[in-house]
Amino acid sequence: MAEYQNLFNRVQVRTVPDPGVALPEHDWPRRGKGGFSYLYGLIGDSQVGPIYLGWAGVASILSGIVAIEIIGLNMWASVGWDPIQFIRQLPWLALEPPSPEYGLRLPPLAQGGWWLMAGFFLTVSILLWWTRMYQRARALGMGTHVAWAFASAIWLYLVLGFIRPVLMGSWAEAVPFGIFPHLDWTAAFSIRYGNLFYNPFHMLSIAFLYGSTLLFAMHGATILAAGRLGADRELEQVTDRGTAAERCTLFWRWTMGFGASMESIHRWAWWFAVLCPLTGGIGILLTGTVVDNWYLWGVKHGIAPAYPELIPPPVDPAAVPPPADPAAVPPPVDPAAMPPPADPAAVPPSADPAATSGGTQ
Amino acid sequence: MSDRATRLPRLLVVGLFGLGLLACERPPMDVTQTNYPGVAIQQVTNPRLQAAKLAANQMPAPLPPVPTDGPAAGETFKNLQVLGDTSALEFTRLMAAMTTWVAPANGCNYCHAPGDLVVDRPYTKVVARRMIQMTRYINREWKDHVGDTGVTCYTCHRGQPVPEHIWYEADPGDAVAMVGSLAGQNSPAPQVGLTSLPYDPFTAFLRDGQDIRIQTASALPVGSTRNIKDAEWTYGFMIHISEALGVNCTHCHNSRAFSPWEQSSPARVTAWHGIRMVRDLNLEYLAGLSDVFPDNRKGPAGDVYKINCGTCHQGLSKPLLGVSMLKDYPRLAQ
Repeated sequence: MAEYQNLFNRVQVRTVPDPGVALPEHDWPRRGKGGFSYLYGLIGDSQVGPIYLGWAGVASILSGIVAIEIIGLNMWASVGWDPIQFIRQLPWLALEPPSPEYGLRLPPLAQGGWWLMAGFFLTVSILLWWTRMYQRARALGMGTHVAWAFASAIWLYLVLGFIRPVLMGSWAEAVPFGIFPHLDWTAAFSIRYGNLFYNPFHMLSIAFLYGSTLLFAMHGATILAAGRLGADRELEQVTDRGTAAERCTLFWRWTMGFGASMESIHRWAWWFAVLCPLTGGIGILLTGTVVDNWYLWGVKHGIAPAYPELIPPPVDPAAVPPPADPAAVPPPVDPAAMPPPADPAAVPPSADPAATSGGTQ
Repeated sequence: MSDRATRLPRLLVVGLFGLGLLACERPPMDVTQTNYPGVAIQQVTNPRLQAAKLAANQMPAPLPPVPTDGPAAGETFKNLQVLGDTSALEFTRLMAAMTTWVAPANGCNYCHAPGDLVVDRPYTKVVARRMIQMTRYINREWKDHVGDTGVTCYTCHRGQPVPEHIWYEADPGDAVAMVGSLAGQNSPAPQVGLTSLPYDPFTAFLRDGQDIRIQTASALPVGSTRNIKDAEWTYGFMIHISEALGVNCTHCHNSRAFSPWEQSSPARVTAWHGIRMVRDLNLEYLAGLSDVFPDNRKGPAGDVYKINCGTCHQGLSKPLLGVSMLKDYPRLAQ
C-alpha cells in the first residue's frame, strides 16, 4: 500500500459510502445511499451518490428533458421517423430557428416555433441549474465561484441565442440546434460578417481559450510532478521550507523567473476560463449590431495588413458596364440629308501626333 | 490492480478515435503555393487520388478527318435543321463522334428511328438537335467562360446518354408537416460536400439567379438585409463549386476576405461568367426542353435534369485537363 501514502493515487477505496455533511433544515434530503463504480474510479472518485436534487434540480431536469424531446423528436420526424436514419444522420440533423421573414414574431411550429419553444425550455433549464449550483455552494458554506464561472458560459449562450437576435430584430440570426448545423452556422456567421478573426474580442476569447489550456497543462503537470514529494498535502506545504509546493514555485522561478503562488494559480485559471466566453460573447454581440464587416473594420483600424499580389487581381465583372446594346445604336442617317463635308482647307492644322497618340500605338 | 481491466477502456478510446478518422483522407497532401508566400493561398491535392482523376479525364481520340468540301449536309439530308452548311462527310463524321460521346452502347438508334433518319422521333433526336445548338452557342457566346478551349458533347456526357453530374429540384416532400422541417438543409448531401448546408443551392443560384453576395463593403452596418441563413445558401453553393472543380476556396478567393475582387484571383472572373452561363443554359436550353423530355428524365418535382459546375468540370478546374476537343470538330465552334 505504498502508493496510498500519497493522497494523489489511483487506489480505489471500498467502504460504506460517505453520505456527506448534514444539510440545512429547509433543504430536501439527498437521494440514494451511494455506491462505488470502478469506471468512475478510473477518472475520479469512485463513490457515486447520494445526490442532492432539490426543487431547482428537479425543475431544471424536467425543462431540459422537454427541450431535448422537442429537438430530438423534430430531428426524428425530419427523417420520416426512421430509427436507423435517425442514428445515421444524427450529426447532420437540426432544429432550425425561424426564417428571417418572421422577424421576432411567433412563427408556425414547423417554421421555427418548435425552435423557440426548445430554446425557452433549454434556457429555463440552464438558469435553474445555475441556481442549483449557487444554492449548493452556499449550503456547503463555499464561495460561489463555480456558479459565476458557469454564468460566463451562460452569457455567451444567451448572446448567441437571445440577446443578439433580439437586437438584430430576427430570430433567424440565432444558432440552430444540431451537431454539424451549429458548426456550419458558425462558419456562415463568420463569412457573413467579414471574417470573425478580425474581431478583437474574438481574438481575446481565443487568447483566453488557448491560455486556459496552457495554464491547465502547466498547473496540472507541476502538481503531478511534485506529487511524489507530497504536493498534495497543502497544509504542511505552505508552512514548511523545502517541501514539494516550494519546489513547484522554485521550478517556475528558475524556468521563467516568476511563479504563481498556491492561491494565485487558481485565480489565474478561473479568470482565464471565465474571460474566454465573456469576451467571446462581447465579440458576438457587436457583430452585425455595431460592426458589419470585421475584415474592413480591421483595415480601417490598421490590424489587417495588405500583401503584395503576385498575380494581377481582376476587376469585379458586375462593376464593368455592359457593352453597348447594338439596338441602342442610332440608325444610319440618309447620306443625302447630311450637310456637305467641311472644306479641308478650313480645318486647323492638327497638333503634333506624338503628343496625342497616347498609349494606343 | 489488473492490467487487463485498465487496458480494455484504453483500447476502446483509441479504437473510437481511429474510427472517427476513417472519413478523412490520409496525409501527406501536395500543397502548391499560388500567391504571395505566407498567406496560405495555396492548392491542396491528394497525390494518391490524382492518378485516378487524371486517368478518368482523358480525351478520347478524335475520329480521322474527312474532306470539308463536297455537297452540303443540308442538301444531302432531309429535315436537317442544324449544321446544314457543313459538308455531308463532315456532318456524318460528327454524327459518328456524337454516338461514341453520348450513346456508345445504344448506337445511332438512341436518337434515330430505325430506318428513318428524317422523322423527329424518338424524343432524343429533338434533344440532340437542341444540344448541338447549345454547344455552338456556348462556344460562340460564352468565351468568357470556356475560352478558346470550348466544349463538345463529350465534355459533359463522357459516353453516357445522361451526364453523370446533373441536378433537379429537391423533392418538396410533406410541405405541411407540423414537425421535422429540414428547412432545405441538414441532410448529408454530397452536392454540398456532406455539410449540413442547404442541399439545393442550384435552384436558387443556377436557375433563379438569387444574389450570391452576402458581405457588405462597409465596416459598419449599412442596413443590409443579408443574413446568416443567406450566407449558408451561398456557402453551400461555393462548396459545390469547390467540389466540382477539385479546388480550395483559394482557387478564386483570398479566404481572409471573400468579397473584395482586388484580393481575388483571375479565376474568380471565369467562375462569375460560368455561373451566369450555366443559369442561361438551364433556362434557355434545358428548361426549354420541358415538353420534350419524358417523365423518367425529370426529377420528383417534375423539372427536367439540369446542369451545374460538376456537369462539365467533373473534379477538375479545367474540364478534360484543359485539352481542347473543339479543334478536331471546328463546326461545333461556330
